Amino acid sequence: MRAFEYTSPKTVSAAAALLAEKGDLARALAGGTDLIVQVREGKRHVERIVDIKDIPETNVLSCDSQAGLHLGSAVPCYKIYGDKAISATYPALADSTHIIGGTAIQGRAAVGGNLCNASPAADTIPALIVLEATCVIAGTDGTREVPVEQFCTAPGSTVLQNGEFLESIKIPAPKSNSSSFYLRFIPRNEMDIAVVGAGASVVLDDAKESIVSARIGLAAVAPTPLFAEEASALLAGRSSSDESAIDEAAEAAKAIARPISDMRGSAEQRVHLVGVLTKRALNGAIQRVKES
Amino acid sequence: MPDKIHVKTVINGEAVEFLCEPRESLLEVLRDNLMLTGAKEGCNNGNCGACSVILNGRLVNSCLVLGAEIEGKEVETVEGLAEPNKLHTIQDAFLENAALQCGVCTPGFIMAAKALLNENPNPTEHDVRFWLAGNLCRCTGYDKIVRAVLDAAETMSTEVNA
Repeated sequence: MRAFEYTSPKTVSAAAALLAEKGDLARALAGGTDLIVQVREGKRHVERIVDIKDIPETNVLSCDSQAGLHLGSAVPCYKIYGDKAISATYPALADSTHIIGGTAIQGRAAVGGNLCNASPAADTIPALIVLEATCVIAGTDGTREVPVEQFCTAPGSTVLQNGEFLESIKIPAPKSNSSSFYLRFIPRNEMDIAVVGAGASVVLDDAKESIVSARIGLAAVAPTPLFAEEASALLAGRSSSDESAIDEAAEAAKAIARPISDMRGSAEQRVHLVGVLTKRALNGAIQRVKES
Repeated sequence: MPDKIHVKTVINGEAVEFLCEPRESLLEVLRDNLMLTGAKEGCNNGNCGACSVILNGRLVNSCLVLGAEIEGKEVETVEGLAEPNKLHTIQDAFLENAALQCGVCTPGFIMAAKALLNENPNPTEHDVRFWLAGNLCRCTGYDKIVRAVLDAAETMSTEVNA
C-alpha cells in the first residue's frame, strides 16, 4: 500500500480542518471495508486518512418515537440490525445492513461509509431513500443537510466537497400504519453484490386497506441508487390488496431503470428484476403493516 | 514517508506496544511485527476471512483494519485460545470432525466460530452457516466445519452446565 498519514481527531471541526488542508488527497475513514481496499489496490490515491471514529457525533445512535433515528456516520452495521427498536421501526434498514458482506464486514462497515462509497449497488441507500433519510454534512463552515436521494452524483462520487464529511444521517419517526422492506437479487445466498436491489415503504390508512403513500428505491440499475418517484406516487389512494396497483408501480419503476450489462447480469435481466423485486418489496412492506 | 505511529494495545490479554507505518494493516502488524502468524493473508480484500480476529469483542477482517486503529483496543487471535497443554474446545472439535485439510482458512474459521459462540451459545445449523458465510474454505466443502462448530457449541454448553 502507498504511504499516507493517519490521524484520528476527536472533534468535528478538527476533522473538517484536517480534510480541508489536503483537499482531494484526504479521505475520511469509518469502517474501512471499502476505503482500505481501494487504497491498497491503487484505485484511490490518498495522502491523509482521517479516522472519524473517535468523534462523538459520528457514533450517535438514538431512536426516539418523536425525533426519529439519528445515526452517526461511523456506526457499524451490526449495531443497527442488532437493535430491536431500530429493527422494528425501520425494518428496511435492518434488512439491508444484515446482508452487507459477512459477519466480519458487518462488524466494521458503516451505513455512512456505504453512502459515501456511492456504489450504484449499495444496499443501504434504497433503504435510506424509502425511509426519507437526510444526510448531515459537516465542513469547516458548519453543517448542511441534503436529502439522501441527492447525495450520490455518480459511481463513487457524492455531493461532499473538499473539507466536508458525512457526520450523521437523520430518519424521521415513522408515520402510523407504516413499514418498509428491502431485498436484492444475488446468485449466491450470502456475501455478494446486488444484481438489483429494491426497497419500499408504505403508509396505510387506519383500516390498513388502502395505501396513503409509498416510496420505492432502486439499486444497481443506474449510475446512482434511484428514488422511483412516479412509481411511488401511482400507489396513493389505491387498495393495499390491489395487485394491479402493485403491477403498475412495478412497470413505472422498470421505466426509470437504465442499467448496464456486466458480469453480474445483463441490462435486460436487471430491468426484469426491477419489476419482480419492486412488487416483492411493496408486498413485503404492506404485509409488515398488516402484521403489526 | 509519514512518521511511524506508536500504538499501545492489548493482544490475547497481554499489554503490547508496537511501532507501525500508518499504511500497515492489523494483519501485517500481527504477522510481521509481532510474529503472530496464526491469522493468514488470503485475499487481502475482505472476501475470504482467513485473517479473521476479534477486535473489542467483534469479529473483523484484520486485513481491513489499520494497525494504527487498534490504539487502546483489545485484540484476540487464534494464538490466545489454547492453554499450554490443552486445546480450546473449538480447536478440539475441528480436529475430531476432521474440519480442516490444508489449514490455511482454519484460524479464521476458529475465530469466527468463537465470536459466534460468544454471542449465540446454541446456534442452529442455519445460524452457523449464515455467520460463517464470510469465511471461505476451498478444501472441506464446509459440512465438516459446520458440524465441528455445532459439536463445539454442544460441548461448551455441557462444560458450562457441569
